Amino acid sequence: MFMTNVEEVPGKQIVACYGVVSGSTVRAKHVGRDIMAGLKNIFGGELVGYTELLSEAREQAMARMQQQAEALGANAIVNVRFSTSSITAGASEIYIYGTAVTVE
Amino acid sequence: MFDLYILLSLIILGYIFGQILERRHYASIKRRELAIVHLVTTNSKRTLGDVGELAEARLVHGGVVISVDYFKRIVTSLRNFFGGNIRGYETLVDRARREAILRLKESCPDAAQIINLRLETSSIYKGKGNQIGSVEVLAYATAIYT
Repeated sequence: MFMTNVEEVPGKQIVACYGVVSGSTVRAKHVGRDIMAGLKNIFGGELVGYTELLSEAREQAMARMQQQAEALGANAIVNVRFSTSSITAGASEIYIYGTAVTVE
Repeated sequence: MFDLYILLSLIILGYIFGQILERRHYASIKRRELAIVHLVTTNSKRTLGDVGELAEARLVHGGVVISVDYFKRIVTSLRNFFGGNIRGYETLVDRARREAILRLKESCPDAAQIINLRLETSSIYKGKGNQIGSVEVLAYATAIYT
């Protein structure tokens, strides 16, 4: 599965278009990470637990988007966009969307 | 009285460790930026110049969550009263963005060029009193291989 965030797959021709596909996931941080994050909030610096959490969530959302595109018979997704939102305190939503296409 | 001591020690701890961590992070960012400066990265949708025959295009991303220290948070709440630049938060988002871009570049060191870089910023953690405690920055782009 080709994925790009430009309007095309560079070097390839788009032959069919299937419309927008998307994947999303809502993740809550767990207590252990929360305590570490609380400590880090005093000293400052990277919250490694959250970085990992968000990258796992992103992988999952991306896999869901790919599944949807495969079900449509596409072999590439172009113009992929990421977006993050915090719905409630302590949980964050990752939303990924793009256009499913077939390239030759 | 006891509460005041806790608050003061948090501020002092935050100031000392925050400064050390920030300086160390900036040193690491500068060193790594120089090390990977040869990998051309652009936010335009086309490659810069002629890179030759394209073999592959791949979506790449890098993300980081960085938190501000306690001292800066207190200073910021004072700043909110008087107005003006909030230096502490400026360096926070600057570090986060540069780190995210670095991670993205380091995830595909063999690419010929990275095009259409996009940055997404969000605050995922709200500290006490609803102040933003940390920011998440996600950088994503298309890596071009030849």
